Amino acid sequence: MNTMNRRKFIQLLGGSSVILAALGPLAACSKRATTTGRVIVVGGGFGGATCAKYLHRFDPNLDITLVEPARRFVTCPFSNAVLGGMRDMDAISHDYTAHEKRGIKVVHAMVQEVDAPAHKVTLSNGQTLAYDRLVLSPGIDFRWEDVEGMTAADAQSIPHAWQGGSQTTLLRDQLTAMPDGGTVIIAPPGNPFRCPPGPYERVSLIAHYLKQQKPRSKILILDAKDKFSKQPLFMQGWQQLYPGMIEWVSGSEGGRIDEVDVATRTLISELGDKHKGDVINFIPPQKAGLIAHKAGLTNNDGWCPVDQRTFESSIQADIHVIGDASIAGKMPKSGFAANSQGKVCAAAIVSALHGVSMPEPSYVNTCYSLVSPDYGISVAAVYRYSKEKGIYKVKGSGGVSPKDADAAFRQQEARYASGWYDSITSDTFS
Amino acid sequence: MRSRFLTCLFPITALLLAAATTSQAAGISQGAMLSNSCAACHGTDGKSPGAIPSIHGKSSQFISRTLTEFRSGKRPSTVMGRHTKGYSDEEIRLIAEYFATLK
Ligand SMILES: Cc1cc2nc3c(=O)[nH]c(=O)nc-3n(C[C@H](O)[C@H](O)[C@H](O)COP(=O)(O)OP(=O)(O)OC[C@H]3O[C@@H](n4cnc5c(N)ncnc54)[C@H](O)[C@@H]3O)c2cc1C
Repeated sequence: MNTMNRRKFIQLLGGSSVILAALGPLAACSKRATTTGRVIVVGGGFGGATCAKYLHRFDPNLDITLVEPARRFVTCPFSNAVLGGMRDMDAISHDYTAHEKRGIKVVHAMVQEVDAPAHKVTLSNGQTLAYDRLVLSPGIDFRWEDVEGMTAADAQSIPHAWQGGSQTTLLRDQLTAMPDGGTVIIAPPGNPFRCPPGPYERVSLIAHYLKQQKPRSKILILDAKDKFSKQPLFMQGWQQLYPGMIEWVSGSEGGRIDEVDVATRTLISELGDKHKGDVINFIPPQKAGLIAHKAGLTNNDGWCPVDQRTFESSIQADIHVIGDASIAGKMPKSGFAANSQGKVCAAAIVSALHGVSMPEPSYVNTCYSLVSPDYGISVAAVYRYSKEKGIYKVKGSGGVSPKDADAAFRQQEARYASGWYDSITSDTFS
Repeated sequence: MRSRFLTCLFPITALLLAAATTSQAAGISQGAMLSNSCAACHGTDGKSPGAIPSIHGKSSQFISRTLTEFRSGKRPSTVMGRHTKGYSDEEIRLIAEYFATLK
């Protein structure tokens, strides 16, 4: 039974809440015996794992499959704390047993192909799965095509560490092997990219590590941008905690890198300046995860346009894209945003499968950054949707931590940063 | 499609009666939509596993008073003042009432 029929049916009967409650069993009439519909979620990161969990919370009768290659998901959030020597990899790894216990089918494979007209996906293990609704939360891929002299394989010697797991370990190992007095170069990309404050938190926590272990070392930031997230707060913290250690070069002053010489660990700026580093963390420009491109869901910029109320693709019906891969109006590409979008998308899908209108979406983001283990700063906002503006920030809401806050305030925000990590990972994975 | 819809009609009456007692898939309320955002910091259903205060089990009066005081600045906060400015009185009421139902 399709949505139209259900909708008409509800109208006929007046659409009371009793009717709404009956829609679960009503679906039993269609070809699937006991489910409301089949939803496949691709990607078990912040967007996908949250969406699968909340789909189940909103409608336990859904037939939900989560497809994710990794048995343990290693987060990017708090990976900078691993680089800073404050956490180990185990502390930022999460599995899917809670999802399985709920009855969500977790398949450890890659989705290789999406057949949108047939509503089917093909997996790397040879399986083909059919869906009524498909959710993609594949995260990011890199635009290696825009980087002269470097390919994806070279990330084994010049790590980006912008996807969780082995890349984080690789960068950490390079930092611990570096001699005192060495130079670490961090080269953040232009907008838009995953986690706008992330590179600068990374600078901070690497500085924290160097200050203790290798105090004669330097960090050079070669930025593609002329300004960055929470810049005044970061710079204030750097001056206070790591004086003389960190240098930032803006894009227009020669920070923009367009070539990498992998063999000599040298970054070449668009002005032709060469910068050699002992450890180089080149963070390439980004685009939506590969599967979104293969499925034909991306625009010319390489990201996925969606209806920002439901996250249904503007290109293909019944496919939703959430998280970093999606174009989500004013929301940044963050784990928090992906989690928030996962819930809105779950509500949209459950409402659509039941033929009722969804509640007005509300979205939130907060990005905490650690400048040191007990010095935290944050940026927050509340978002709503309108047809004209898409996802917009509610006027007067949000903003950054105060510039003149005292040490106790910074310390409290650092405590809340780890509290946030504990809460969001339990909200997403448990 | 149409014929399948018609063949469905017969059991529907029975199902409608059954549904009144077994809440299968309840509609998603506006309060739930607003409150689910809180979980990213305060844990699912407001049960925080870490340093951020839990809000599970709090009364609707407590939640609505606290949120309103965060918003006016009467109650000091790190980030809650910035969040609560994004919610109207009515939305705060819906959030407070939603959390009170989770007891
Ligand atoms: C250093 C760093 C620090 C960060 N810190 C924060 C922070 O403090 N707060 C915050 O909110 N955000 C932070 N982020 C951002 C956050 O990591 C991302 O925004 C978030 O992970 C996006 O969620 P997602 O679901 O879109 O993608 P991901 O979480 O990356 O999940 C994508 C998943 O999809 C899977 N996948 C991809 N393709 C396929 C396929 N074809 N088939 C099956 N599975 C597939 C991948 O294996 C992966 O598990 C940080 C990022 C970095 C790099």
